[in-house]
Amino acid sequence: MFTLDWSFLSKKVVGTQTYFSWLMTAWETTLTISLFAFVIAFTLGFLMGVLRTTQNKYLVLIGNIWTEIFRNIPVLVQIFLWYFVIPKIFPIFSKLPAFALAVIALGLFTSSRISEQVRAGIQSIPTDQRYASLALGLTTYQSYRFVLLPVAFRLVLPPLTSEAMNVIKNSSVAFAVSIAELTMYAIQVQEETARGIEVYLVVTALYFISALIVNLISIVVEKSIQIPHFIGGKK
Amino acid sequence: MSLDFSFLTLKVINNIILTGLIFSIKLTLISMVLGIILGTLLAMMRLSKYKFLSSFALAYVTIIRSIPLVMVILWVFLLIPLFIGRSLGTEYSAIITFTLFEAAFYAEIMRAGIQSVKRDQANAGYALGMNYFQCMGYIVLPQAFRNMLPVLLTQTIVLFQDTSLVYAIGAFDLLKGFSIISKNFNRPVEAYILATIVYFIICFGLSYLVKRIQNRVRIVR
Repeated sequence: MFTLDWSFLSKKVVGTQTYFSWLMTAWETTLTISLFAFVIAFTLGFLMGVLRTTQNKYLVLIGNIWTEIFRNIPVLVQIFLWYFVIPKIFPIFSKLPAFALAVIALGLFTSSRISEQVRAGIQSIPTDQRYASLALGLTTYQSYRFVLLPVAFRLVLPPLTSEAMNVIKNSSVAFAVSIAELTMYAIQVQEETARGIEVYLVVTALYFISALIVNLISIVVEKSIQIPHFIGGKK
Repeated sequence: MSLDFSFLTLKVINNIILTGLIFSIKLTLISMVLGIILGTLLAMMRLSKYKFLSSFALAYVTIIRSIPLVMVILWVFLLIPLFIGRSLGTEYSAIITFTLFEAAFYAEIMRAGIQSVKRDQANAGYALGMNYFQCMGYIVLPQAFRNMLPVLLTQTIVLFQDTSLVYAIGAFDLLKGFSIISKNFNRPVEAYILATIVYFIICFGLSYLVKRIQNRVRIVR
């Protein structure tokens, strides 16, 4: 029905850059945005998730408010918020490039989802463990550090993997603030070359491969930290 | 800096914001209904004893779930004219996209829902002489829906948030309304603050409602 024509990939765009090398740069941008955003999301999400399980009602409130705010605003709106609004209200952010703003937006959005996973993970540990550690004389910090978190971390690894894949998928919204990642590439090159099917196919394939890479990493991580005869330790 | 919301007249609210909001809600509701129907069919296929049905459903769900929604939106918008020879317009394209995309997510939810119903129930249905579809329709699915209602509704809130991504093909939704205001009045800061507040109120309100429904379902059972 259609004949696929991949010759556009070797065509020159400007200088020595071809559509293929541009594609690779775009993929790299997608992966870099996702990586940085995931680091932010993981750090803040873990912190907020832990706060929500403490016995201090103010800490719980902070964690809850954080999660509700960033969970209930669409990610694209959050990108626009960081791109158009925050730099005007807080001039310090106006020095940051669009790339960094998109990373922050994506990171904070994802942190609310990770916070949910971490809270659920910690709450699924029997309360006895918390009480037992406190009875042994551990401080709250120690009971989290040595008893609750090592278990909780392993519990939330599978959902964290799917969140990491979500970050890569959600990084596609950065096209809206003209960041040259894969989706932006798809839109622009489709217009320039009129080879829509081929362009979308190759971009979609790269998203697939990226998800696959995350999956492989998580398998390695899960294997390396599993406790024998414990969660996931059956294999 | 000082904020100036004086552009916010009744005319602007009526013509731009409400028009966008109505389309967003329309898109959400239509895709929810069609998506749940298609998703339920996919879930039934996934659990079917016929290998080709279950592998088709598995492939569909896996593929859709690993592509970014924006790419799906672009794909459908690109492919429809190639297949039917003319453009359907951004709105119909968006409805088709969201139905196909969300069906994959509703399918996973409904699969969990169907599996949460005890096998004895289905067997009892068969023992009474019901066929597969009667058994599903009268016994299994009503309970599956009931069990999964909160999750289905939560997914619908995600769907509502996702409708903002039709920005990629320029459909006139709620977010597009605010971006028009931002350009026409050259007030991006105020426009996007408003967008944030409106989306937050809607989504927060809906998730509060879902929580209440969840509690009611729990008490009755």
